[in-house]
Amino acid sequence: MSDAVLAPPVETVDVEPVNKKGRRTLNKKRSKIYPKRARGNFRRFKWILMIVTLGIYYVTPWLRWDRGVNAPDQAVLLDLPARRFYFFFIEIWPQEVFFITGLLILAAMGLFLTAATVGRAWCGYACPQTVWTDLFIAVERFWEGDRNSRMRLDRASWSLGKIGRKISKHISWILIAVSTGGAWVFYFADAPALAVELANFEAATPTYVWIGLLTAFTYMFGGHAREAVCTYMCPWPRIQAALADEDTLIVNFDDVRGEPRGSHKANQGWEGRGDCVDCNQCVAVCPMGIDIRDGLQLECISCALCIDACNDVMDKVGRPPNLISYGTLSMADQTARGEAPKFKLFRGRTFLYSGMIILVAAIMVYALASRPIVSASVQHERSPLFTTMSDGSVRNAYTLKIANKRHEDRRFELMVIGLEGADVSRVGGDGGLPVFTVGPDKIDAFHVFVTVPRDRVVSARDLEFVLTDTGSGDVARTDSSFQGPTR
Amino acid sequence: MAEKEIDELTGLPTTGHEWDGIKELNSPIPRWWIYTFYVTIVWGIAFMIAMPSIPLVNDYTKGVLGFSQRDSVRQDIVDARAAQSGFRDRIEQASLEEIRDIPDLFDFAVAGGKSAFSVNCSQCHGAGGAGAPGFPNLNDDAWIWGGNPDEIFDTIRVGIRSDHPDTRFNQMPAFLADELLTREEVSDVVEHVLQISGQDHDEDAAGRGKAVFVEQCSSCHQESGKGVRELGGPNLTDAIWLYGGSRDEIRKTVATARNGVMPAWEDRLDEVTRKQLATYVHALGGGE
Repeated sequence: MSDAVLAPPVETVDVEPVNKKGRRTLNKKRSKIYPKRARGNFRRFKWILMIVTLGIYYVTPWLRWDRGVNAPDQAVLLDLPARRFYFFFIEIWPQEVFFITGLLILAAMGLFLTAATVGRAWCGYACPQTVWTDLFIAVERFWEGDRNSRMRLDRASWSLGKIGRKISKHISWILIAVSTGGAWVFYFADAPALAVELANFEAATPTYVWIGLLTAFTYMFGGHAREAVCTYMCPWPRIQAALADEDTLIVNFDDVRGEPRGSHKANQGWEGRGDCVDCNQCVAVCPMGIDIRDGLQLECISCALCIDACNDVMDKVGRPPNLISYGTLSMADQTARGEAPKFKLFRGRTFLYSGMIILVAAIMVYALASRPIVSASVQHERSPLFTTMSDGSVRNAYTLKIANKRHEDRRFELMVIGLEGADVSRVGGDGGLPVFTVGPDKIDAFHVFVTVPRDRVVSARDLEFVLTDTGSGDVARTDSSFQGPTR
Repeated sequence: MAEKEIDELTGLPTTGHEWDGIKELNSPIPRWWIYTFYVTIVWGIAFMIAMPSIPLVNDYTKGVLGFSQRDSVRQDIVDARAAQSGFRDRIEQASLEEIRDIPDLFDFAVAGGKSAFSVNCSQCHGAGGAGAPGFPNLNDDAWIWGGNPDEIFDTIRVGIRSDHPDTRFNQMPAFLADELLTREEVSDVVEHVLQISGQDHDEDAAGRGKAVFVEQCSSCHQESGKGVRELGGPNLTDAIWLYGGSRDEIRKTVATARNGVMPAWEDRLDEVTRKQLATYVHALGGGE
């Protein structure tokens, strides 16, 4: 028989999925997972993504961006004491945090779109928890070997060698954790200057507190909590369940082709049985410790390492690959009915999410492009509401705040519209049109008087303050009112 | 609880409690939680020993660390004074004119003056110096005793009709109550005051009142009614009235006199604070 090819033996792994049906109990203790190393396209993709995402995280604060003399030259800087956020060419003031809201909406919509089309790609490849856990497992493998030797080491009694390996592993983990927390603080201060301060132990206490916190959490989440974070702490798997439908890509075991499963000897044929040789390699490589053959599960982060593992086995036993593969539920149905499976990308929700992303992005770009680079606000003095002067004229006092978003000094002239005969003067001014100089990237407050002669006094009137940049001609307007005695 | 009964289905021990055949599983709270709880107990006891904690009849336990919130507030005040001492020293040495010309000193003086004003002055003069009948509005440009920074500073120092030896002092007679003028003369002089301040008045009565005014009032208010600042005689021709400018209010002032009092602050506030107050009041907008 042509099927009876002599295939190399496949190692069957003795492994139990953590969430085996019928064994789930409410008070079940967490069982330790020893993920086996996978080899294949998805593993390679994950290595590349790990380098890219970690690279972005560690390198970003060191990027420089020239903003001129009066501004920091760090490309991404969250300057909390000065209350300025810098993202490359964008500078955000506290009163503009709605841009951050816009970014969050964009991020959420992006996640929705991803979730509806390619499933839990975020979870499987890009989520920091996944990336750092992957890194920590790689370090663990470096010191303690792959799955089998790790399990052996854990079972072994304590020896000098075991202690040495364990200590090396934990020290490596902590070093990674420290550098993670260390990189975080660079986003909040000038990175080169802070690095020097950190090296000399001169940085502010909160800096060390933050590094300590992030070190502790990275070590705990990446080294110890791992899959428990995804399964028990993270809300996303639950939200995900509401966003996915039958056309969402998931990692899927082809049970039509695979079942009935069973071990396969090299000289056996393949008639009357499924392609699954029940070697449990897919369970052994799973960082979540589950069995993908049980179907779609909450725990599955779609990292596709089981696809790599299974393809490896299928290659060895001489069967076609992709017994486990990315597919949708409707593709699985089509296969079961004997039709050619077809991935449906364009659906109502794909268009809806894409449309919302484009809309929000367009609004944000417009708002960002058209936002004023000078803004003024006026507060009417309330005590006293107005002052009668000895010549019978009535004066109102205002606090005028001018925000100069340019990184240079600017001079502004103030006019008041809406009240005949009104005279505008600045406290401490030398007469003439009141002129205000505001420093670069600054808000300054000035006291301003509006005075109306005796014969023009009104009891209440709306006013418009018009501020003109004497250099560029930019205009900022703001409303207030004039109050006088009631007649 | 000598031997634990193990539940077959879950493999967990039971508590031994049974209700109608239903047994309660013994699933204790996690150990990390219990340890955290123990740590909080230890912390609580240590805190009680270290910090003031137990109220006694006339006192309380002080704690071995000797911490006191009152002391820490006192220390905060001392620290704040120390932090401000640079500015305060400069204010002490500078004249009021100089303070106005140095921006950072001026800002500090106005901020400090505003704070001192809210605590010490606003009870009578109102928040922001808005004033009230009988208590002058400090925002306007009418000053009975002078409105340049040094004059304001001096008024704050000695007060008005206060118990300070150098106090600013004058006294308007109660013309009707003390029978210096007849009722008719009072009415006439009121009409004259209404006339010179540009209000509705009785022309004939005002004419008669002018003679009375020149005889009785001009020594303090001048014949023109514009006042004499050295004597604290208010200007009666402007639009600002300390006690009200209506016919009734003016009549009441002439008839019974009104002599408001401002306390002297020399012994109550230090010189730096008084300088700050003078700077602040002058900067309200009416200063001369």
